[in-house]
Amino acid sequence: MLIIGAGPTGLFAVFEAGLLKLKCHLIDALPQPGGQCSEIYPKKPIYDIPAFPEILAGDLVDNLMEQIKPFEPGFTLGERAETIEKLEDGSFIVTTSEGTKHQAPVVVIAGGLGSFEPRKPPIPNIAKYENNGVSYMIREPEDFRDKRVVIAGGGDSALDWAIYLSEVASEVSLVHRRNEFRGALDSVEKVSELSKIGKINLITEAEVVGLKGDNKLESVVIRHGGSASEEEIKETDHFIPLFGLSPKLGPIANWGLEIEKNAIKVDNSYDYQTNIPGIYAIGDVNTYPGKLKLILCGFHEAAIMCQSAYQRIYPDKKYVMKYTTVSGVNGFDGSKKEAKREVVKSIN
Amino acid sequence: MSDIKITIIDREGEAHLVDAPTDMNMNLMEVIRSHELAPEGTIGICGGMAMCASCQCYMLNKEHLLPEKGYEEEDMLDQAFFVQDNSRLSCQIPITKELEGLEVKISPYNAD
Repeated sequence: MLIIGAGPTGLFAVFEAGLLKLKCHLIDALPQPGGQCSEIYPKKPIYDIPAFPEILAGDLVDNLMEQIKPFEPGFTLGERAETIEKLEDGSFIVTTSEGTKHQAPVVVIAGGLGSFEPRKPPIPNIAKYENNGVSYMIREPEDFRDKRVVIAGGGDSALDWAIYLSEVASEVSLVHRRNEFRGALDSVEKVSELSKIGKINLITEAEVVGLKGDNKLESVVIRHGGSASEEEIKETDHFIPLFGLSPKLGPIANWGLEIEKNAIKVDNSYDYQTNIPGIYAIGDVNTYPGKLKLILCGFHEAAIMCQSAYQRIYPDKKYVMKYTTVSGVNGFDGSKKEAKREVVKSIN
Repeated sequence: MSDIKITIIDREGEAHLVDAPTDMNMNLMEVIRSHELAPEGTIGICGGMAMCASCQCYMLNKEHLLPEKGYEEEDMLDQAFFVQDNSRLSCQIPITKELEGLEVKISPYNAD
């Protein structure tokens, strides 16, 4: 099974699939498993996980990773699922943003709110300069060697990159809406020091509101103090807005799946299959009448989905419900337990 | 029943006078969602933990009666777009009797 999304629901699906001896591979755009729980609120306590009066989101993920360890799932992290292709034999090939291809008879979308992507500032013509002077993340710092760089943002990543690039770029400007920074204290102090010695050009109470350039970015328009009359045009080679990440349904929205209220419609609670047979959607990413976006509901959906996926993958095998108290985590294989019955002796 | 009346101006500029209960431990973001005044998936994305800024609203009155911004709210507003002096994250505003007659406007949603 190919699972898109390594949040709590996707991880637990590995466990339920493992009991049925189905091997799983997970794809996630984030560099670590856990989804929102790891990315947004690892230190927040959760109170509605059955049998855990209180558990930190990060610990929940750690526990799930421990729980699925025996089933040895594969992980493709830091890559976003981009396209899906259905083959003649009914299986699917999913290709990631990095071009990695995975093939499986069943695809399970457990994508939560979507993949986490950089927040793009609402500058009208920003798309024109993407990869042509505007970068939302820094993959290769050497690309900025001896270049003029304008960074926007006031969080840790804006501060950290301003510090780092001050040694690489020919000129670094840091534009922030407020006069104070909310990043780690030592980073704030370091930026302040570098500003004093002229290594970082600190521009506060200001915003980048426009971009200029014919074929590539040539300058940014900086508005001071929210007043349109106080605008400054600053020549630059690169503009790097760093405003954190926000979740987007992303390319999945174009896979031909029925979408309702920014979520994937499934066939109620029967087996959480989408309008494309063989593609399931579980957890926060799906919607059906009575849907509740809770982790515990995602767990339930994972269990129901797995028995349906098993039947799809092995139509000739009979599914038998088993308890882990009886079978442990070794699960079962339908062919062993449910061989065809034949009448060997008739009783009259 | 202890409802208060709140005016919520949606992203299209239409004003809605809605009842908001003070005895259900609700916040302003949840009131907006319960009345479906912004499309699902564009508001309260993080569920109300002051971690996404999708529920940003402009407070048109009674700002002095609102609880002060916490660290997380300040932090998110710092990274949000379309921020004004009267911006607040509506998930951080509990519905209380004092807010009778509150008027708010939902901030634009940045689809990118």
